[in-house]
Parts: sequence; C-alpha cells; structure tokens
Amino acid sequence: MKFPPSFILPFTIGLLFISCFLVIIVGIWISELSKIDKSRIVHNIFTRKSLLAIRETFSESLLHRKIFRKNPVLGYMHMSLAFGWFLLIVVGHIEAYIHYQSFSVPAYKAIFMRYFITQQSITLSGKILAASMDLLLLFVLSGVVLAYYKRMNSRMFGMKKTTQLKTGDRIALTALWLIFPLRFLAESVSAGVHHNGSIISQPTGHLLSSFLPIQSVEMPLWWAYSGALGLFFFALPVSRYMHIPVEVVMIFLRNYGIKVQKRIDGYSRIQIYSCSRCGICLDSCQMTHAAIKDTQSVYALKHIRNRKITDEKLFNCMLCGRCQPDCPVGLELNSLRMTQRIESTKEYNSSYEYLKNGKVNVSPQTEVIYFAGCMTHLTPAIIKSMKEIFAVADVKYWFMDEDKTACCGRPLMQIGQYNAAQKLIDHNREQILASGVKKLVVSCPICYKVFKEDYALPGITVQHHSEYLLNLITDRRLPINKMPLRIVYHDPCELGRGSGIYLQPRLLLDEYVELIPIQNEKASAYCCGGSLANIKIKMNERTQIRDKALEEYCNYEPDILATACPLCKKTFAKSRILPVHDIAEIVCMSITKSAEISSKTDSEILCKNVAIK
Amino acid sequence: MKDFGFSVIKQRTIDYDQFDGRLLNEVLEMEPSFKVCLSCGGCTATCSAADLVSFNVRRMNLLLRRGETVELETEIQKCMLCGKCMLVCPRGINLRNVIMLIKKSIHKYKPVNL
Repeated sequence: MKFPPSFILPFTIGLLFISCFLVIIVGIWISELSKIDKSRIVHNIFTRKSLLAIRETFSESLLHRKIFRKNPVLGYMHMSLAFGWFLLIVVGHIEAYIHYQSFSVPAYKAIFMRYFITQQSITLSGKILAASMDLLLLFVLSGVVLAYYKRMNSRMFGMKKTTQLKTGDRIALTALWLIFPLRFLAESVSAGVHHNGSIISQPTGHLLSSFLPIQSVEMPLWWAYSGALGLFFFALPVSRYMHIPVEVVMIFLRNYGIKVQKRIDGYSRIQIYSCSRCGICLDSCQMTHAAIKDTQSVYALKHIRNRKITDEKLFNCMLCGRCQPDCPVGLELNSLRMTQRIESTKEYNSSYEYLKNGKVNVSPQTEVIYFAGCMTHLTPAIIKSMKEIFAVADVKYWFMDEDKTACCGRPLMQIGQYNAAQKLIDHNREQILASGVKKLVVSCPICYKVFKEDYALPGITVQHHSEYLLNLITDRRLPINKMPLRIVYHDPCELGRGSGIYLQPRLLLDEYVELIPIQNEKASAYCCGGSLANIKIKMNERTQIRDKALEEYCNYEPDILATACPLCKKTFAKSRILPVHDIAEIVCMSITKSAEISSKTDSEILCKNVAIK
Repeated sequence: MKDFGFSVIKQRTIDYDQFDGRLLNEVLEMEPSFKVCLSCGGCTATCSAADLVSFNVRRMNLLLRRGETVELETEIQKCMLCGKCMLVCPRGINLRNVIMLIKKSIHKYKPVNL
C-alpha cells in the first residue's frame, strides 16, 4: 500500500479537528434551544423553508448581496473570497471525481490535485475544468489583494472604520491571506515540474523555472500550503472566521422561525458566533459622534463571546437600532445586547409591592384611554395640545396617567429588568382592562412599544397619537388648515425602527405643513441622543450626538423640527437651535389658527352687517 | 462627650469614625457626575415613584453619603427607572446609573450582623 505524502498531514488533521469541533459545538447549541424552537426545526426541516435557507445561504454567505449594496468593491472582495473558494472546492472535487472515476476520493486528493495528477488532461472537458480552476484561483487572489489593501485603506471600501483584531483573528487572517498565494505558487511550481497546469499556472511555472530550482521548492511549497490550511482550521474556533460555518446554521434556524429570546440560549450563541466582525455597524453608530469607539455592536458581541463584557460597555449603547438594518448577516443586534442585559441585572429586579390598584371610575361613554407617559409629563405642551384636540374632535377620554400612575415599564426593560417591568405592566394592565375602554392612545413611543408588545390587551387597540390623529382626520373629526411651514420630521427610534411606524406621522404632517424629505430618515434616521437605554453615557456626550443630528437637520433650513416623541423633543429643544414641536402641537397649532380665522371671518361678517345696517 | 444638656437618640447617631464610605466611593468613581449634586430636590419633585409611595431621591443621596446602607437598600427598590429625574436635573447627573450602581453593589457593603 502506498502512503500519501506527509505534507497532507497539517490539512487533514486540521480538517478532522474543525469538523469534529463544529459537530460538537453546534450539537450543544441546538440542544440548548427551547422545546418550541426544537419542534420548529423538526416541523420545518423538510419544507420549503429549507430551500429558502439554501437560497439565502447562497446569496448572503457566498455572494454577499447585502455587502454589494453597501459598497460594490467591498462586496466583490467578500464574494471573491467566499464564492471563489467555494467554487474552487466544488470544481476541484468534480475534477477529482472525473479523474479517479469515483466519488470516494479523499479530500486531500481534490485539494492538492495538481500534486497528485501529474499528467495533463487530454479531454476537452478536462482542459476546461483545469482552466476554470486557474481562473477561479485568480478570482480568489484578486479578493486577497483587495483584502490586503483594505487593511491599509478602508475608506476605498466605503467604510470609515475597520474593526480591531485579537490574536486568534490575526492568526486566522494571516493563514487566510497565505492560503491562496501559496496554493498558486505550489500549483505553478508543480506545473513547471510536471507540465500539468493550465492557462495561468503553466506559464507562471515556466517563468519560475527560469530562475528557481523548482524541483527542490515544490515539496516545501505544498507543505506551506497545507500548513496554512491546517493553521486556519485550528485558529477558526478562536477567531471571527467561525462565522463562516455558524452563519449557515443560523440562516437555517432563522428560516425555521427561531428568534433571539429574552434569555441566553443556543440560538443567541449561534448569532454571537455568526458575527463576522466586518465592522459595517461601526459606521452607522452615532456613539462615534461622541468619540465612543469601543461599545458598538461588533465589540459588544466580541466581548460577550469571550465572556469579557463589562457593564460599562454593555450599557453604553442607546439601543437605537441604527446598526441593525446595516448588518450584512442580519443579526438581531439589539436583542442580543438585551439578553446580556437581562442576565447582568437579573438579581436586582424590584418587586414594587407598594403598587395598589384603586377603583377605576370611567364613564361608559368614554371612547379613549389617554396615556401620556412620564416623558410627556415633562413636555406639558404635548398634553395641552392633545387635550385641545380631544375637545375639538369631541372625544370623551380618560386621562389614565394624569395623576399618580406607575411608569409603563419600558425604561426598566431597556436596562434588562424584565421581571421588575412585569410588575408595573401587571399593575397598569389591570387598570386598563378594568376601564372597559377599547382604545388606548399613547403620546410616548417608549410607552407605545411596551403597550403594543408586552401588555397583552385583548380587544384593545393601542395607537400612538400620530396614528390616532390621522384616524381623526380620516373620520373628518378634525379641521385641516395647511400652514405655510417647512418641516423636517425626526423619526423617534422606538416609533420608527422600534415599531415600524414611519408612514402615519408623515401623512399627518402632509395635511398640515410642507414636509421636507431628508437623507437620514426612516430606517436610517438618527437617534436624538436622549435614549433611556443608555445609562452610562455622559450628558456632554449626549449633547454631541444630538448636535450632530441637528447639524444635518439645519442644512434643510426648516421652520420647525417636528418629532413624535416627548424625549426627542426635550433633547432637541435644549439646544435652542431650532424650534422643536411634537406633531400633536403642530396639529393643535393649525386647529387654533383655523379657529382664529373662522372667528375673524365671523366678526368681519358681523362688522359688515353692522355697517350695512 | 461634652454634655450640652441634650439627649441623643441612639438609633440616629452616625459615628463618623465607624463611617463606611466604600459604597459612596465606588458610586462616585463609576459615576463622577454625582459629585456635583446640589441637593436641589428637582429629582424628587418630578419623581413618578414618589407620587405613589414615600420615596425621595434626595434622601437616597443623603443615605448614601451617611453610609446608611440598610435603609438605602429598601429605598432604592422603589425607583421605577423612568428617567424623569435625569431630565430635570440642572447638573445633568446620570441618576439612573447611580441607582443601578447602588443596586448592583450594595450587597457587598451591607453590615453582616444586621
């Protein structure tokens, strides 16, 4: 029996190691999933969802469509490395199967084929396959060259910043950068020795043979190539490149309907390991406007993975969600940070035993429960406007938190105190249900999100006042008087990205003022900097974030900056650069104006009548 | 001790020689903005929890500075973290962080014999 050459050892041992490691670790993660999630896998594995997952794996893990959309050069770099390498493996195996006329060819024979098959192919298909292998290697090498260049100049790739690497990453990155040049050299030298290459490796082999003792460097080069592969496989578990295999698992589980829960489980670990640390999230993060550069999602996930996350980093994030739409892997960045926050504060949940529900006295004619929210109580103009609007539209309402009401619970949740928040939720929920009213209108997007998602209010419609006011207009219960005002609308994080309400405030404003479209709006809207989710940020840092957003808004020279959140209003108003108003105030302003006009017209008519008489 | 003719209520006595300032120092180190508190009481005036129960953010500050950790622990549980205090604070103190720091660290500094 002929033993294979010893240079295949680093590759073979590495491949064996990484295969076993992946089977064990993914097995552990899947076993940690909840029963419902496990049944989701069982029920969906043989359905269309698996096909969709395969399609997504192809388009995102190999072709990197989302990165292409961000920047074509960056997309090309990722695609050439991922898709090119994938094709090299696939085409290499096909070539080996054809040559050996068997499917039981060991992996090393396909990977190091140019070493084992020394004669040149004589068939046309063989020649085409060999040529395409050469071209594919060139394709991958073009990606490697771009990757070298990206380390030096990330701006060319549309990225302002690139992530800092740790030791494991450096080893794996070096191995990855070496694999393809070494393969090219080894194949070219073998082509020079055995005349077996194709359109690129053969001329390169001839060229190398003119000045190199190629016969003596052939074996060391194959050793180096195999060594680089082996090193990459061994460094994989401690590097960011774990995302390559784990992302595929994540895509399948995501397609089966599995989501990040409010606790650390197998799926949250899979998501954490799926982060490629590409650093695209760094660019969209507004914390960099305040020179905070080490708390972004990419670093939070890295520290969570390495179990080195500190409160200073975990809680220094506004959870604005601006990074989430940009993530090419589609990770649930906010939810992942939340699971960690819940874990970090689970021992400190208060019980709020002092909360006692009194009798709720609401008249049966009441149409609406109005919950202003804590923040709205600090912006009384919004409450005043809402009261006037209710009066004009002749709406009977119960002002639930006019006096002595518990917080909605969302600020506690943002810090991770879900159990404590539940006590407040139960307390408020009981009152809402006892009132018997079927509509709840909320002025604060922070409250709106929690009422909508966590309150479990069967039969009760929860609306933010932007939705509600729009409904009142549709029902012709509010007068419309368009004012000659140019307005920039700031999407609050909790209402926009948090609850998906982009359209209603815009439709509402369109009725009353001239709305200016801006660059960073809707899903890419700025955070005001006032977020309650960040308990570590300093006040001057909040101001820096706010001012940067205002800078852009001022470029459009609006008469008013409109928003739909009391906290955003309060944050922006402090700057005194632009007049800031909530949409309720703008609606109220218009109503008062139209009332003034009509009373003026009435008095003019009266005067005229008197004059005639 | 010199007798001034006044009686001293034993439970309310704070012996500064026995004063345990570890929690205070930790909080001030982690959240330096708390050093500039001028005890204006704005936080207490706006507090949502204080509407429902006897809770006083300014008193919490006092308890912390006196090292009265047992009372402080009971008091701190009442906060709903709504953030109104932070918005009205004229000194821009990050009070929610102060509360969380105390919540997380207080068990380390509680007297064991109590």
